[in-house]
Amino acid sequence: MRSNGIHVHWARDAAEHNHIVHGILSDHGARSLIKSKSMLTEECGFRPYMASVGIEVIETDLGERIQQLDNEDPSHVVVPAVHKLRTDVAEVFAKTIGTDPANSEVHYLAEAQREATRPLILAADAGMTGGNFAVAETGTFVVCTNEGNADLSANVPKLHIASIGIEKIIPRLEHLAVFVRLLSRSALGSPVTQYTSHFRGPREGGEMHIVLVDNGRSERLGMEEFWTSLKCIRCGACMNTCPVYRRSGGLSYGATYSGPIGLIIDPTFNQRKYSNLPFASTLNGSCSNVCPVKINIHEQIYAWRRVLAERHESSLAKRVEMKAAGELLSRPAAYRAAIAAADVALAHLPRFVIYNGLNAWGKHREVPHPPQQTFHSWYQANRGGK
Amino acid sequence: MSSRDDILASVRANRPRVDRPLPTVPMFDGGKPASLLAAFKDNLHRMGGVFLDPPATGDPLAPLRAKIADAKIVCSTVPEIAGNRDIASLGKPRDLADVDFAIVRASFGVAETGSVLLSDADLRVNAVAYLAQHLIVLLDPADIVVNLQHAYRRPEFRDRHYASFHTGPSATADIEGVLIHGAQGVRSLSVLPLARATGNITH
Repeated sequence: MRSNGIHVHWARDAAEHNHIVHGILSDHGARSLIKSKSMLTEECGFRPYMASVGIEVIETDLGERIQQLDNEDPSHVVVPAVHKLRTDVAEVFAKTIGTDPANSEVHYLAEAQREATRPLILAADAGMTGGNFAVAETGTFVVCTNEGNADLSANVPKLHIASIGIEKIIPRLEHLAVFVRLLSRSALGSPVTQYTSHFRGPREGGEMHIVLVDNGRSERLGMEEFWTSLKCIRCGACMNTCPVYRRSGGLSYGATYSGPIGLIIDPTFNQRKYSNLPFASTLNGSCSNVCPVKINIHEQIYAWRRVLAERHESSLAKRVEMKAAGELLSRPAAYRAAIAAADVALAHLPRFVIYNGLNAWGKHREVPHPPQQTFHSWYQANRGGK
Repeated sequence: MSSRDDILASVRANRPRVDRPLPTVPMFDGGKPASLLAAFKDNLHRMGGVFLDPPATGDPLAPLRAKIADAKIVCSTVPEIAGNRDIASLGKPRDLADVDFAIVRASFGVAETGSVLLSDADLRVNAVAYLAQHLIVLLDPADIVVNLQHAYRRPEFRDRHYASFHTGPSATADIEGVLIHGAQGVRSLSVLPLARATGNITH
């Protein structure tokens, strides 16, 4: 990359990444930055940092822009605003870019956003992209989008900065052919993204910087059970198939990476903060089944539970519950008695006993109606003699 | 130690102990289609691109001329047709913001995906392929390779500073999965098959 005229920077962590990018922008007197979607910059808390130093960041991906205008994190790695209905978008755009609040026609909303963003793209002092892949053989980095917004970000302003995780480096161009196919097929089911752009050096009169970011990746490489999560190409297939993700949505994870891949990546950043995430899974294995780079996601989710339990990162309440559950589940007769008693209790106890601080499940919702009889007693009555 | 040295030392120390030599990647070209042009056309169409069928007789540029007949500003980087915005005398990329149609020639096409490769040499100013409202690409049918594996053997990926596969126009499905063309980039992409000019250029 250096011999092709690219300025190469290295960042150990998120803070160093943000500091480096800020430095480059300051050197050029840049006050506004247009950027395409990058999970790495989400991971680095890049936008809040830039706001704190007075540099305006404009997201150019439609979904990411909706989320930025709504002050909300992306809920999906490929489709950031997937949880929003068109009426939600109409509400956000009416407040922020002055569209008609009563018009939630999708073409109208997308067109309004195009027209509102175009002047910002033309006036920006600098452009920023992520990188889906980087090829060691040629010093190329590759950015895949469907909107063409990364190419606008990279090719309209004079200065282009790309932030790339060190795990994105692959050996040769012949390998790139395999990964480019995998990404779009697994993300959206299309043979390739609309735009697959290869950057090998600055354009004439332009300047190009890349920031190679570690932020825990090299350390993760040494975790015997978990290092293969570094193979992730952020296609989102595991999210799209996950019954928990599909019900709860990406924002409920409260972390940069949601869905099954998030469950095994997020704890590498902060075991205590994300200690609950690996428990948000049914271990059905659908994620591992669809993963194009063959990460054993559900097995790693299970392994994380063990690691977190051993390190006592789970809460006291959970540990007490789990110990009690362990005792109960190891004795079938006691279990059956407890279930029957609980069903009766749920049907007759006053609300304040069921809905209190100890029952996290009942904080925002009703507990399910107890069945008339347990499956075991039904089976005994109907099939027991056969 | 510099950050670079720190990171590289950490990678070396943590490298998994697996003995896995680089695999040989096949060319995946077993089921080669009978006509690369026909396969290209089908796949381009699938991705929202328009294939301009050349007329059987007469002016091969007729479908292109019809497209740009009502356009105010046309920027051409090809000798086959002249525009009215000269890309050579451009101050900044943003000066292309009012272009209605850009006309360029692709380095080559890919039958498997219906993609055209546009390099910095093809575009002259990279932004023209994104700021224009519509993009028309000339493609020599002799320049179509069978798949991505073959595509990545092309010299453009080693010689050019910028090279981009375009597969259909700018698209998004970010609001309720509804497909929209012209998200931020061009609203339409048309490809006209036309052999490269070999001397007799007419304007």
